[in-house]
Amino acid sequence: MSEFDILHQRAKCFYDSFERKAELQHQTHYCPGCGHGIAHKLIAQAIDELGIQDRTILVSPVGCSVFAYYYFDVGNVQVAHGRAPAVATAMKRALPHGVVLSYQGDGDLAAIGTAEILHAANRGEPITVFFLNNAIYGMTGGQMAPTTPLGEKTTTTPFGRNPWTEGYPLHVSEVLSSLEAPVYIERVALGNNKMIQQAAKAVRKAIANQVQGLGFSLVEILSPCPTIWKMEPADAQKWVREELTKVYPLGVFRDKTKEAQPRPAPVPAPSLDELPKIFSAKEGRPPALAPAAPCRRTVDLRVKVAGFGGQGVLMLGQVLAEAGLDAGLEVSWLPSYGPEMRSGTSHCHVRLSNHEIDSPLVSRPNVLMAMNEPSLRKFLPAVEPGGWIFYNGTSLPEGAMRTDVTFIVQPFIALADRIGDTRAGNMVMLGAMLEATGLLESEWVASALARLSKSERWLDLNRRAIEFGREVIHREVSI
Amino acid sequence: MPKQLIKGNEAVVRGAILAGCRAFYAYPITPASEISEAAAYYMPQAGGAFLQAESETAAVNMLYGAASAGVRCMTSSSGPGISLMQEGISYLAGSELPCVIADIMRGGPGLGNIAPEQGDYMQVVKGGGHGCYHTLVLAPDSVQEMCDLTTLAFELADQYRNPVFVLADSFIGQMMEPVEFPERAILPPPPSWAVRATAETRKNLITSIYLDPDALERHVRKLAAKYERAEAEVVRFEQVETGDADLVLVGYGIAARILKAVVRLARAEGLRVGLMRPITLYPFPKEQIGDLARTASAFLAVELSTGKMVEDVRLAVNGRKPVEFYGRAGGSVPSAEEVLGVIRNIAERYSLVRGQSPEVAHV
Amino acid sequence: MSDIARPDKGSVAINADECKGCGLCVISCALGVLRQSDSLNRFGYHPAVYAGHGCNGCGLCFYACPEPGAIAVYKRAAAPRATQPELVAA
Repeated sequence: MSEFDILHQRAKCFYDSFERKAELQHQTHYCPGCGHGIAHKLIAQAIDELGIQDRTILVSPVGCSVFAYYYFDVGNVQVAHGRAPAVATAMKRALPHGVVLSYQGDGDLAAIGTAEILHAANRGEPITVFFLNNAIYGMTGGQMAPTTPLGEKTTTTPFGRNPWTEGYPLHVSEVLSSLEAPVYIERVALGNNKMIQQAAKAVRKAIANQVQGLGFSLVEILSPCPTIWKMEPADAQKWVREELTKVYPLGVFRDKTKEAQPRPAPVPAPSLDELPKIFSAKEGRPPALAPAAPCRRTVDLRVKVAGFGGQGVLMLGQVLAEAGLDAGLEVSWLPSYGPEMRSGTSHCHVRLSNHEIDSPLVSRPNVLMAMNEPSLRKFLPAVEPGGWIFYNGTSLPEGAMRTDVTFIVQPFIALADRIGDTRAGNMVMLGAMLEATGLLESEWVASALARLSKSERWLDLNRRAIEFGREVIHREVSI
Repeated sequence: MPKQLIKGNEAVVRGAILAGCRAFYAYPITPASEISEAAAYYMPQAGGAFLQAESETAAVNMLYGAASAGVRCMTSSSGPGISLMQEGISYLAGSELPCVIADIMRGGPGLGNIAPEQGDYMQVVKGGGHGCYHTLVLAPDSVQEMCDLTTLAFELADQYRNPVFVLADSFIGQMMEPVEFPERAILPPPPSWAVRATAETRKNLITSIYLDPDALERHVRKLAAKYERAEAEVVRFEQVETGDADLVLVGYGIAARILKAVVRLARAEGLRVGLMRPITLYPFPKEQIGDLARTASAFLAVELSTGKMVEDVRLAVNGRKPVEFYGRAGGSVPSAEEVLGVIRNIAERYSLVRGQSPEVAHV
Repeated sequence: MSDIARPDKGSVAINADECKGCGLCVISCALGVLRQSDSLNRFGYHPAVYAGHGCNGCGLCFYACPEPGAIAVYKRAAAPRATQPELVAA
């Protein structure tokens, strides 16, 4: 052999012997003349030439190439039908230095996996996709593919593919080329020597793009399936060359390789010691303080706050719960949840206690804060005897009366106009409640407000509203 | 670190990041969307990946990719989305990939509604996907547990190389309670089996296909042995006043919180009622419930469903004592008083003893 | 067939045990130096065989072949020697 140099031989990134295969470990499981073997060879050669064997991850699909990992001596991940682009997306994001290749057939990519490929392409995931289009379902025995040409008979189109019932052959490269993000999309064919040479170039370029950090690259490879087409390999190759290329014209559909920019590197991760700090800086809120002087009274506050959406029901409850936290109490806050958050009635359950809170649901409130009449009527019967009812109104509506509870009836929201904004009506009501029940010190409420108010302006308004609410119950207020 | 008042859904994300989660993939759905929103905010700051997937199907397969790369990863969803993820969960279990899935249950079937329900029990606890696999399932009943059990979920997922669910409902997800977060963040090294685009991991293979029946049986038996080990090692539960309980209530999640109030109310009436709260729904505390069947006269399972977990209670009690069921569904939640009414009725039917047990003193 | 008097520019080696007899290499070869054997290999395929001379080392057969290692193609080394290589051809 010494006077000859090796020119082409088994790629280094193929295993020498296919030990993951149960038998015949020196040859592939593909049928004679199958295009998968040629496509594998072109990919393997590109991996060798680019020197990326260790960095390469091959994502194998469901279909005849489900066992691509038998052959490629690279990192291998076998995935669910059609989902390879989703898997590849996460692998690439986890391992940006990796070269992630998604290898998919026409059923996998163009039927069951259309959402995954479309969105991976649209996000410009910097991965490389090889789309083997042989216009038939090979592994499952010859059913129609989305890419089957019109008129072709398959086991599920026994009378030929009819556009009225099965639609038209799906042109994946053309569809994906309508998107903004993809960097490189080319359709090639394994139809003769020249086409195979062009395919080799396209495959290499699609991988090289990723090595350079560029975005989404896809090569659609028109590929023979002699067994299912029931053709001799040479005839199948000819059919690719002469018939399939008529349905699926070859060529470059997208090439932004020259102008494409690599995806910017993510922000470096903080050290583990620094990491917990990311949680304390949200929206510039000061962190909760350890209570300076914990509440020493016996507290078992079960509050129901109810009103229309937009009246600040949830916020009222939240300030109360936060103040309870600053008082060193056990607290819970539970919103009614649903479309009513945006309209209609809204309510929340708040509990403050010296003891661990069993149920955060308040079914027997000892304080009801009703901002409208329907809420009052709905929850009035549930209030525990001896409890408090704060009602936003000028007088109690007819029939809404009990003698075993204490009513505080004031037009809280209208009163808030006096301090400049009716939107602070909820805080006026809260101030009245805090004053009447004498439960919580002002400092606890102030620190809760500081955490929850959206801005300095709101903080000031809320503070004044609560103070005003505290005053309201000591004097006759008319509107 | 002082406690912070925080929503259950946000506690999940903070717990996850502190436990080393660096990949979050999900599709928004009420009432789980705050988990995505919090992950979108915090994950990039933690140096992790966040992506709003095109579907739950894509999201769960993104977990497959992140887990294959050896990254701690999670997703969140609610019933309809979990249904869509079942294919991927079966693949994750088959390929022995660790991940954490938070299911914030809502009303079903179909589109149902967005109110709290516990109707996902079967599809989560029994495995809604194909094949012989289990997912480990943790059921928090507080916001603190939303954090703590999420952290535990990552540990278990890695330990057993298996998907782990955090199964909560829209109340646990939406409510706020004070939480004490871990002071220190951890970031375990990637596992040796992961495919990490390096020379050292080049020979690694992630797959769930075993064409040869003998090979697949070996694989499935290996999984079964793993689940058997989990059943011996992982069971967690909380018991409240079960020592002398004549009637044992069984419930998880928000139902258990209501039942804690029910125990208090029932005891105040002199009814010897206790609570068994499974914290792990798979593995289910069947031995412990079996033990209680020796001393208790009857059981009452309470769920926000028409009766799912009760089947596991019946299997654990194994006919030794009657197992009653009370459930609300569709987003309606029973009040403690309502359940107390059911208990009074049961106490009468089974002639349960009133009054304190002489052996157990209550402080 | 090329002129035997001139040394070949290339050579081809076919591993018959890896060949599935699809014949794509045969039609890929413009020089016609490959053919399918009349005999069967142990898997029941008619493997491709090299005529033994006439190869110009173009490598097209290598790319036409779906099997990773069934075909290797050689080109004459920079300093050619007199004799033909002994190539494995089953």
